[in-house]
Amino acid sequence: MSTQVPEKAESETESETEPERTETPGDRRRAEKRARQQESTEVQETTETEEESIHLKVFRYDPEIEGKMEPRFDDFHVPFTKGMTVLDALMLARDRFDTTLTFRHSCRQAICGSDALFINGTQRLGCKTQISDLEEPVRVEPLPHAEVVKDLVVDMEHFYDQMHAVEPYFQTNEAPSDELQEQHQTRENREKVKMSTRCIWCGACMSSCNIAAGDNEYLGPAALNKAFRFAMDEREGEDMREHRFKILDQEHGVWRCQTQFSCTNVCPKDIPLTEHIQELKRSAVKNNLKFW
Amino acid sequence: MYEHDVIVVGAGGAGLRAAIAAHEEGADVALVTKLHPVRSHTGAAEGGINAAIRDGDSWEDHAYDTMKGSDYLGDAPAIETLCQDSPKETIQLEHWGMAFSREEDGSVSQRPFGGLSFPRTTYAGAETGHHLLHTMYEQVVKRGIQVYDEWYVSRLAVTNHDDPTERDCHGVIAYDIKSGEVQGFTAKNGVILATGGLGQVFDHTTNAVANTGDGAAMAYRAGVPLEDMEFIQFHPTTLPSTGVLISEGVRGEGGILYNSEGERFMFEHGYANNEGELASRDVVARAELTEVNNGRGVNDEYVHLDMRHLGEERITDRLENILHLAEDFEGVNALEEPMPVKPGQHYAMGGVETDENGETCISGLYAAGECACVSVHGANRLGGNALPELIVFGARAGRHAAGKDLGEPEITTGKTEDSELGQVDTPVEPGAVGTPEDAVADGGTAVTEPSQTVETALEAERARVENLIEKDEGVQQAELRAKLQKSMTQNVNVFRNEDGLKQALRDIRDVREEFENVYVNDPSRTFNTDLIHTIEMRNLIDLAEAITLGALARDEFRGAHWRQEHQERRDENWLKHTLLSWNNGTPELWFKPSILEGAEKKYEPKIRSY
Repeated sequence: MSTQVPEKAESETESETEPERTETPGDRRRAEKRARQQESTEVQETTETEEESIHLKVFRYDPEIEGKMEPRFDDFHVPFTKGMTVLDALMLARDRFDTTLTFRHSCRQAICGSDALFINGTQRLGCKTQISDLEEPVRVEPLPHAEVVKDLVVDMEHFYDQMHAVEPYFQTNEAPSDELQEQHQTRENREKVKMSTRCIWCGACMSSCNIAAGDNEYLGPAALNKAFRFAMDEREGEDMREHRFKILDQEHGVWRCQTQFSCTNVCPKDIPLTEHIQELKRSAVKNNLKFW
Repeated sequence: MYEHDVIVVGAGGAGLRAAIAAHEEGADVALVTKLHPVRSHTGAAEGGINAAIRDGDSWEDHAYDTMKGSDYLGDAPAIETLCQDSPKETIQLEHWGMAFSREEDGSVSQRPFGGLSFPRTTYAGAETGHHLLHTMYEQVVKRGIQVYDEWYVSRLAVTNHDDPTERDCHGVIAYDIKSGEVQGFTAKNGVILATGGLGQVFDHTTNAVANTGDGAAMAYRAGVPLEDMEFIQFHPTTLPSTGVLISEGVRGEGGILYNSEGERFMFEHGYANNEGELASRDVVARAELTEVNNGRGVNDEYVHLDMRHLGEERITDRLENILHLAEDFEGVNALEEPMPVKPGQHYAMGGVETDENGETCISGLYAAGECACVSVHGANRLGGNALPELIVFGARAGRHAAGKDLGEPEITTGKTEDSELGQVDTPVEPGAVGTPEDAVADGGTAVTEPSQTVETALEAERARVENLIEKDEGVQQAELRAKLQKSMTQNVNVFRNEDGLKQALRDIRDVREEFENVYVNDPSRTFNTDLIHTIEMRNLIDLAEAITLGALARDEFRGAHWRQEHQERRDENWLKHTLLSWNNGTPELWFKPSILEGAEKKYEPKIRSY
């Protein structure tokens, strides 16, 4: 395997090299590391010319490190191989060029939901996005409308809070008392909730939603979809359904949705989020009519 | 310092189930996990949950299939417990609302899986693990169980008595990934390790990047034996470029394997004349590689898995997720063309030695799920048996840790007078380099006072983290990890021989020595993934060594463990488990017999034919 270095290692670290004040061990170490990188670039630059490389522009920020407190973009040039995803490229950039580059990832198969990023201006999962589908330079940023913890990592607390606010768990008074007796569900009903159960809590939808960005109390598309999953499950029973609509049918609930479809557009699991929210609205209206 | 009755490390299927069970017994429980619970790798499980819940099926048949599948290396008490508890645990999930696939009458669907005499694999599409994980996390939220997410447990607080069976576990030390704070967690009743797989020991794996075997490695260094580590399951159908798993459900539904000549080789080349594609995983994995090695592989690398004949409707209904995986990660439209597949590391049958209640030989330390070896899978795990393992033994460990009496276990743990000592000729000295302080148990220095254990471990861990971050130069973990993974994939893969295994031990030793000079480049306390990967790397080294030592010791061919020089299953010598103990920083090898005596019957070893 050939070892690659960034073609433009200088630009990668440009914004940091000059104003270095060697106050902390961290700063000193970073300066040394950069020096090493530049050295190896000079050695390598002449030997690697043919290999196709891709250009990443990656958002960097660290509240603790002098040189990174001011957000900036770093450039990475990593060798391209067929089938490469944005996550592959980020891992390569981190493992070979800058081990301080920070992002969440785990399953790399679109099920853990930890690597939702803002890639070329759209919320997507890094692991599921083919580099070949993107225009260069590939711009990788943390999810918008969330607080950045470091580099590409955002604080997910608010997202989790909203998910938890809709009582995201199955509740029924009609569960069989016999531990071996099943609680039947029709195929049609399972089909009805199927798409909503696919949510992997990545947060892409929430990040893409203008309304959620402006209204911190709005439950948001992911939580509303979670509510849909239970509200439409026939096994929960009528009483619980009414209870669920009390949570949804309020000022910062379903009515905040303005049907912009941005959540649906970015959902990596193809969940028809907007449609689910509309259906909840329709049901809420029907419920209210019934009460009159 | 935090304090709880029961601390569960890891929040995948086993950890969540353990936490719920302990909570139901009235314990104050905390889940400490390096990911957020819904990010756990249980979510990637596709196939299903084996449970004898239908007329015509019985837990006894399930136990028989599992014993046969294990190549008679499973322990009957553990296997019978698995098969007896699985139906009620599976229906429990259904009562918690899990969206299982349904039959016309509304009952949960089951399908055939490899090695099963009855179609008892209960499933939710091809994303059973995702549903299971989320359903259980929902129950954790409902109960208000405390979750410390993105806290990385990096050390156990265990007393340091000379004899490991006299040691006590009093808690864990964890690193708050978001703030960089290192904190002690005291567990009044017990610590349950549920940290999952170790696939990152290999470079082609279905496992998540987070699956670095942390729990197993920590328990090992604290004095708990690792059992049957040589048995690594290679899944026959993973995508060649990434290792992403293509569920056995594809073959269960009728998917066919072809070689480059268009032959249905499982039959045409006689690998499994009866079961064909649905033979046990080890059989299919070897068949595929044999085809490739004999020049009948596609692009000299993989074979084809074809499901087009199942029809779009059936595929979409039952295997829709597979269509997405093939498209997103391999660029293949599986409705129109066959999928390329090859074997990849998938599951560790071995792990932390426990009894049927999940307890280890260290008092107060439990393990459940993939990181544990209660010995239900033996030499080869049947598809659909991992998820029941999580819920059955997760629940048992949780209950027991919370103080419930589950009866006297039949499986013994820890080295006893009956243990048979083993010897294996190694080209290098395995184990810790020199005699550094971490040669002793992970608890740190010689502490036997319970009250001081967590504090001493906390100081030791703070010092380790400080050293790694403050160190200014040396070698970086990414380079070492790649080196280790490459050697393991080359030498300790599906096909193994003595030279290769010895080469792997030499490579592991090199990496271990280089690891002495490892340093963390990132000086930041905030979300320092460089630091975490470095701590994980140490775990990978210890586990890689344990796998290789076990594989070198077992000079026979059993289940997933194939040896070029030893093509026979040698029941006269090898109906026994390999165990490795790390007591003074040098792995010690010993054996204990596998238990073939069940409650009602004795399982007689038979030749496994499919």
